[in-house]
Amino acid sequence: MKTKALLTAAAGAAVLATSLWSPEPAAAEGEQFVPGLQYRSGPYAPSGIPFANGFADYLTMLNARDGGINGVRIHYDECDTAYNNDRGVECYERLKDAGPSEPAAWNPLSTGITYALIERVAQDEAPLISMGYGRADASDGRVFPWVFTLPATYWAGADAIIQYIEEQEGTLEGKDIALVYHDSAYGREPIATLERLAEQEGYNLHTFAVAHPGLEQQATWRQIGRQLRPDWTVMWGWGVMNSTAIQTAASVGYPMDRFIGIWWSGSEPDVRPAGSDARGYKSLGFHAPGADFPAIQDIVTHVYDEGEGFGEREAIGEVLYNRGLMNAVFVSEAIRTAQARFGERPLTGEETRWGIENLHITDERWDELGLGGFAREIRITCEDHEGGGSAFVQQWDGESWEIVSDWIQPRNDELRPAYEASAAQYAEQNGIELRDCDAEE
Amino acid sequence: MLYREAGQFKSSYASDQAIFPIRQDKIGIALILVVALLVVPFVASNYVLNSILVPFLVFSTAAIGLNIVTGYCGQVSLGTGGFMACGAFFAFKLTTAFPDIHIILIFLLAGFGTALVGIVFGLPSLRIKGFYLAIATLAAQFFLIWMFTQNPWWTNYNPAGVITAPPRALFGDFYITGVRATPVGKYLFLVCFVTILALVAKNLVRSALGRAWMAIRDMDIAAEIMGIRPMMAKLSAFAVSSFFIGISGALWAFIYTASVEALAFEVTRSFQVLFMIIIGGLGSILGSFLGAAFIVLLPILLNSAPAMVGIRMSTELLTHLEFMIFGALIVFFLIVEPQGLARLWQIGKEKLRRWPFPY
Amino acid sequence: MNTRLIASWLIGAPAAVVGLGLVIQLAALADPSLYFAWGYYFEVFVGGLLQGVMYSLVALGFVLIFKASSTFNFAQGSMVLFAALTMVGFIEWGLHWTIAFALTMGVMVLLAMAIERVVLRPLVNQPHITLFMATIGIFYFLDGFGQTLWGSDVKSLDIGMPRTPVIVLENVFDGGIMINQFDLVAALVGGALVLGLAVFFQKTRIGRALRAVADDHQAALSVGIPLKTIWVVVWTVAGIVALVAGVMWGGKMGVQFTLALIALKALPVLILGGLTSIPGAIVGGLIIGAGEQVAEIFLGHFIGSAIQDWFAYVLAMLVLLVRPQGLFGEKIIERV
Repeated sequence: MKTKALLTAAAGAAVLATSLWSPEPAAAEGEQFVPGLQYRSGPYAPSGIPFANGFADYLTMLNARDGGINGVRIHYDECDTAYNNDRGVECYERLKDAGPSEPAAWNPLSTGITYALIERVAQDEAPLISMGYGRADASDGRVFPWVFTLPATYWAGADAIIQYIEEQEGTLEGKDIALVYHDSAYGREPIATLERLAEQEGYNLHTFAVAHPGLEQQATWRQIGRQLRPDWTVMWGWGVMNSTAIQTAASVGYPMDRFIGIWWSGSEPDVRPAGSDARGYKSLGFHAPGADFPAIQDIVTHVYDEGEGFGEREAIGEVLYNRGLMNAVFVSEAIRTAQARFGERPLTGEETRWGIENLHITDERWDELGLGGFAREIRITCEDHEGGGSAFVQQWDGESWEIVSDWIQPRNDELRPAYEASAAQYAEQNGIELRDCDAEE
Repeated sequence: MLYREAGQFKSSYASDQAIFPIRQDKIGIALILVVALLVVPFVASNYVLNSILVPFLVFSTAAIGLNIVTGYCGQVSLGTGGFMACGAFFAFKLTTAFPDIHIILIFLLAGFGTALVGIVFGLPSLRIKGFYLAIATLAAQFFLIWMFTQNPWWTNYNPAGVITAPPRALFGDFYITGVRATPVGKYLFLVCFVTILALVAKNLVRSALGRAWMAIRDMDIAAEIMGIRPMMAKLSAFAVSSFFIGISGALWAFIYTASVEALAFEVTRSFQVLFMIIIGGLGSILGSFLGAAFIVLLPILLNSAPAMVGIRMSTELLTHLEFMIFGALIVFFLIVEPQGLARLWQIGKEKLRRWPFPY
Repeated sequence: MNTRLIASWLIGAPAAVVGLGLVIQLAALADPSLYFAWGYYFEVFVGGLLQGVMYSLVALGFVLIFKASSTFNFAQGSMVLFAALTMVGFIEWGLHWTIAFALTMGVMVLLAMAIERVVLRPLVNQPHITLFMATIGIFYFLDGFGQTLWGSDVKSLDIGMPRTPVIVLENVFDGGIMINQFDLVAALVGGALVLGLAVFFQKTRIGRALRAVADDHQAALSVGIPLKTIWVVVWTVAGIVALVAGVMWGGKMGVQFTLALIALKALPVLILGGLTSIPGAIVGGLIIGAGEQVAEIFLGHFIGSAIQDWFAYVLAMLVLLVRPQGLFGEKIIERV
């Protein structure tokens, strides 16, 4: 009996396994494939879900409202990475050939998965957009032709935060600044920049690592709130680490308006669990929060009223939702740019890459998209895969995020050499020859 | 009938002690190797090679390693992830410091380094037993991961703490790591390398050392009375086990994902490998392979099955269902065959031997 | 004997605390960059103790099940998550939290019965490691099941516990000692729970049966104790302990997926206190909680931060090297 049951199970598994062997394209020809490496499960799901919804809803809206991009419909398919690097790689390999056309661009929303994919996309000739995460030095397009870091890197973010603090304080000389960071590839990205600036500006940097997933922060905050009492605390957190940090900071009485997070530590799920304690908390941002944009209203009417929405209606306009949407805008605008040159048809990865590399979203273009004032002008070139880098500070008032600063332009004259030096080191280690951007048109 | 060994006489000690004493087994193994080396590279898609076969082979190595200490020597270890990280980071440091050393030697050296670490963390096993030991090995897991994340020296001061495998060739232009490595190349290298490692492991567990391990597993006090030194046996088991696990960690970092941070080897990795050997069969090299195949394939199958039969469901639900079915299947397997897939294969062999005339 | 043991703890523990403080003070004298003040040290210590009670709450569930069935229940963490998710789900239906709590208790009873019927009964007489793996299977199942039912968002669970920190002993130490009221209440609840369990085990009929089963399955069966019922009872009690832990942890940091991972924090507590001892879970929790906070802040100064994850394990392991069965565990006697 036992053996029989097992044998049937084995046979079933074998049938499924053979069907894995030959993945067949599921969708109609003539559509542009956009893969989604999202995470709707696992420890970071609360942050991953709104992002994934914003991304998917915008593409669905383009299909519903305009019939795609210039008549080319978008085929969107997603795979759940659970914020796990090897699952991310598996998802990448699975989706790579699963669409009706070559994938337009990969957006893994994870610094770790970005690192794991950098070599693969170079081999497979597919562009990789790490929007505000990933490897900062990948903004040097001569070494990383396939990777894009628009609209800002972590190093630019660190620079912007320090500029903001300097503006508030007058001078940074002798000030204490603490960094609370997620102990992973992601959290460690800003340290080098902050250390460099500490030397330059004369502040004292204290770093506090928080182990994944970030539930244990009592000791960290006791040190910060009761002993060190720094003038400012900067946070590089993600997922549950953010909300835990804000709650623990409040429980030791650290002043919220001197606590500032990177753009991944500033969304609604981060501040809501702390309730009124979170009032005054600040974070960076590079796009406006809220749903008062014509394009987002189009999502409501064309997608949610039709019952096609991915998430809850109430979550539209949340920070991470809008960020997913912004990522989708970058992908779709890159496709549009590339179509203008290569024709209105599904594009290859190589062609989309050209599209991203020549992407130029002006303020007028944001207006045309129905997103006037949503984000800043972005211009990518062959050398500069970041294309902007500026950010602003937003503050939680207990109900919603309010923008409380002007756009802060990072000091690119200092950052650029740092990107290039780091990229050059990578190029040397991996035997990559620099692209000659002047030779290309 | 298929498995009848009648007529196969063993006329020397050597043939009596062969790894595969029955002709059918020899043919079977040869066939599997021929298919793996000559057929699979031509028919398998890159997806199958990169995402199924390569991780399967890497995990098999880790499972063999854990099986040695847990299955053969009876010391439950939950430090697998930490030891894999050791292998990965040792190999990275070695190959970046001495780029001229051949990559296979690097892997072996990383394995030896991990073996030393394994001995250190195996020391408590002399005093602590059972679940207490299992939880104590978690100390290794958490400490090692912390060490690799906290010290930038291990990653050559990479600002993000990520190591990326530099391009290394097996010979001439045949690259197995880095951008120029092809999936087929990686796969072929792994098949050969892992086969050799498995042979080494198989012979080790058949040796006096292996018998000492099993004696310790079955009853350590009795073994001690018989003259087996528990310290030697336990520590050697930890060392050999860590050697294999270290190599698998290096293979993971260099060949499978090509770039890792220490978090890739966190505690879930340890549980994953423990699953493999329990599902596959404790104390069986074959079981290590079967278990690895099962644990690598099952989530992927569960995750992509609905799409194949044409059901569309949300990614969210799919992943949750995958978790539920995975958990339920584990329990199911433990209930129907607690001794693992290897035992199932043995039962199957018995049946085949008598087929079609069972008595 | 017992009174002597208690007395030695009563004198030894405070002496150890002060001794540790002195050691750190010496270290601070040697390295002026290390900040030390007695008030701050005691604050860290008390914070750690309160945190430790939270660990004990999770560890208790493990101990209960291990005592009665020698099963190491890895699923305890996901039971915490599942219980908290279920309770939040009921509250979201508009029920008062007390009703939600009672309903969730009912759900945990059903869960215990299901686990006994589907998992434990077919696996009777299997080696411990097999049962251990089976509970990991339950862990995966419950993780997926809870999230399928209730979603993966962060949910806040507020049952009106105070959150503002209070400062005590301001006239003794400069700056006083800051204590989190939430942790204090949680510690009281934890203490009450342990007392209740102690009474339940010592005084009630079922409690005595439980202890009999823990001592010897077969002997218990032969005097007519129904093993199956006992298992259901034990898993139910463990489920209710999980629910209490879930309410406390969920109230502290929101109810979401990562709650299941706090089981990993309870493991060193368990082996330190002994797998079979309820007082051990409490004392172990206190030692681990205080130890890891002190280590993170003072030892972390020398060797780098984020050490508390492994420090708890190393601390437990060091104790095990001296007492292989944990502080309060039953002495392991081996026969050939």
